[in-house]
Amino acid sequence: MAVVSPGVTRRRRIPRSVTGAIVAVAAIGIVALFLVLVTRPATTGAVPTSLGFSLNSFFRFLGGLHPLVQIPIMVVAFAAVVAIILVLIEFAPRPGRGYFVLRLAACFLIPVLAFMMLRPLQNATLYVVGIALLAGALLFFADYRAREGSGYVFQLVIFLAPAALLLILGLVYPALSTIWQSFFDKTGKTFVGLENYAWTFTNPDGFWSVINTLIWALVAPVISTVIGLVYAVFIDKARGEKFLKVLVFMPVAISFVGAGIIWKFVYDYREGSQIGLLNAIVTGLGGQPVSWLSNEVLNTFCLLLVFIWTQTGFAMVILSAAIKGVPTEQIEAARLDGANAWEVFRNVTVPGIRSSVIVVLTTITIASLKVYDIVAVMTGGRNNSTVLGFEMVNQQQRFQSYGHSSALAVVLFLFVLPLIIYNVRQMRKQKEVR
Amino acid sequence: MTAIDEPGIRRATALSEREVKRQEREARNKLTSKGATIAAIVIAIIWTIPTFGLFVTSFRPGADSSSSGWWTVFTNPSFTLDNYFSALTSGGTALTLGQSFINSLAIAIPATLIPIAVASLAAYAFAWIPFKGRSIAFVAVFALQIVPIQMALVPLLSLFSRGLTINGVSVFPGFDLRDADHSFATVWIAHAVFAMPLAIFLLHNFISEIPGEIIEAARVDGAGHGQIFFRLILPLAMPAIASFAIFQFLWVWNDLLVATIFAPSSSLPLTQTLNSLSGSWGAQWYLQSAGAFISIIVPLVVFFSLQRFFVRGLLAGATKG
Repeated sequence: MAVVSPGVTRRRRIPRSVTGAIVAVAAIGIVALFLVLVTRPATTGAVPTSLGFSLNSFFRFLGGLHPLVQIPIMVVAFAAVVAIILVLIEFAPRPGRGYFVLRLAACFLIPVLAFMMLRPLQNATLYVVGIALLAGALLFFADYRAREGSGYVFQLVIFLAPAALLLILGLVYPALSTIWQSFFDKTGKTFVGLENYAWTFTNPDGFWSVINTLIWALVAPVISTVIGLVYAVFIDKARGEKFLKVLVFMPVAISFVGAGIIWKFVYDYREGSQIGLLNAIVTGLGGQPVSWLSNEVLNTFCLLLVFIWTQTGFAMVILSAAIKGVPTEQIEAARLDGANAWEVFRNVTVPGIRSSVIVVLTTITIASLKVYDIVAVMTGGRNNSTVLGFEMVNQQQRFQSYGHSSALAVVLFLFVLPLIIYNVRQMRKQKEVR
Repeated sequence: MTAIDEPGIRRATALSEREVKRQEREARNKLTSKGATIAAIVIAIIWTIPTFGLFVTSFRPGADSSSSGWWTVFTNPSFTLDNYFSALTSGGTALTLGQSFINSLAIAIPATLIPIAVASLAAYAFAWIPFKGRSIAFVAVFALQIVPIQMALVPLLSLFSRGLTINGVSVFPGFDLRDADHSFATVWIAHAVFAMPLAIFLLHNFISEIPGEIIEAARVDGAGHGQIFFRLILPLAMPAIASFAIFQFLWVWNDLLVATIFAPSSSLPLTQTLNSLSGSWGAQWYLQSAGAFISIIVPLVVFFSLQRFFVRGLLAGATKG
């Protein structure tokens, strides 16, 4: 795919091993500089150095403006960055002296500028600039000597660098850091081994969050999928199908905060005449009003009902699409063989939509494991209604207990892990089929 | 909802029209019995009533809604718009609902556009620039998609506020945005990060399906990857980008968790303000209901006007979060 550069034959004179050696030296240099930087005694009170313009100063400038003014400025500024990236990608790989200089300048300037935008602290500046320069040199040389011609590695790096930076700094590093922190106490300094995990399973809050999360993950996907499937089958080819679909599908667009308030109103409990629908029905039938959300047994199921209410529409839409994909010939054939509607559904439709059912089930399971909003809005985790995804934030925000909150997050991750593995395997299989 | 009916339609056109009609009549007779239809309508009613009840309440005078159930409105109707005005202007300590409506816009629009741009660049590289370890890198990105956001919250927050410190040596300081009036920077970045795996995955799936001949032809005409991406891939991938954009916009708009952790108190979005106001409003359901519908209105408008894209984005992006 790369643009072939005329210089390719000339450069072949330097053997590959030399290239490898030079790249290795630069890489070792970077690691060495980094190690020297982080093993020096810590200096306190160092001031940030900047070129008079940094990411921080830009965000401060933006932050002082009216929110609606910030939108276009941010969009234009970001578009400018993307435009620079595209121009570099377009022109850098071309052969010729000018483009060579462009690559050279970009390789050295971009890393240095990027680091300086983050305002390295005074005592670290020299090392940071050194690392940036070495990285630039490494990139330039690796690019210059690439088998596919110079400019190839350069454009690849520029294409992928923004996404890679976001993923590594924003997801990979924090996830690893959370695992690391889960072995330390509240302050994050003293190593406590597995104590936080022991806490998770013995402290009432931790214990109930684990139990409730399991209840959520077992109950919500099955019920949502069954109701969604039944509904999809019942309205399939019925009159007003579109309208009936919209009614059940609409909760999908509503936020959990909105859904939480909608259902809190249904669950409303008071003395005297009831304005909450559920208690009005209960009292109308001659019963006593129930305080649904503070009842320690019922509340989890009341919250589950809200979640099921939002997820059923999702299940229904996907399964409805799958049902329409089952070949009519098969259904016709089964009917000619004398099967009734239930047998056709059981033996033809269900096998035909099996993969969609699994997708729906895993998706809703993952969503129910991570649920936060519904619990936060409706009960605040009180009366044993807490779940892992909520308790984790609760421990961090209310008690500043980083160790506990990290351990809860890791337990949550361990619950999700089998589903991740399953999904990756599924994706690999699909690729092989393709 | 036509998008998802396509396979059915396509197959149907292969058959003659009369046969289709006959089949449909037959299918209707056999599958949708009366009982099934009634059951479906019952489900539909159960699913609609909670929203409808709150909707009615949001137009009832406060004195009415706190003393009698919303269903009494049919025998004793009285309506007002005051609830919406008082909900919009009644603020907590710092923000009114109206102000956080604007904040929600200021958060959601950049938080939709930024990840799309970054992810489409990466998706193009994954799809059309061969390199060593490409498929492993792509699987890694896919796997990151399902890592719970909760795993990344606290360290990312400390990266923003305290900067990077390794082994006791501070390398970079954190952002110093406390005295800014309305800073959304950390929320934008956080949303961009959390959107990244899914966005790359979805856009890659679409971009890699674009016929290679088109791209080859452009290369022969002398276009580099920059031009191909901007002039060819972006326009061709627009349906996928639009679907993801709507999904991401709604996700950000409806998000509570990321805002709770990352947004400074003057930059809180609608969901967060509504949640805290909801606590202080307590049993004042005329305010709760109006507030809830103010926050729901934008998603519902998006839902009804762009349903086709919405369904497509949902089908593809259900695993996010």
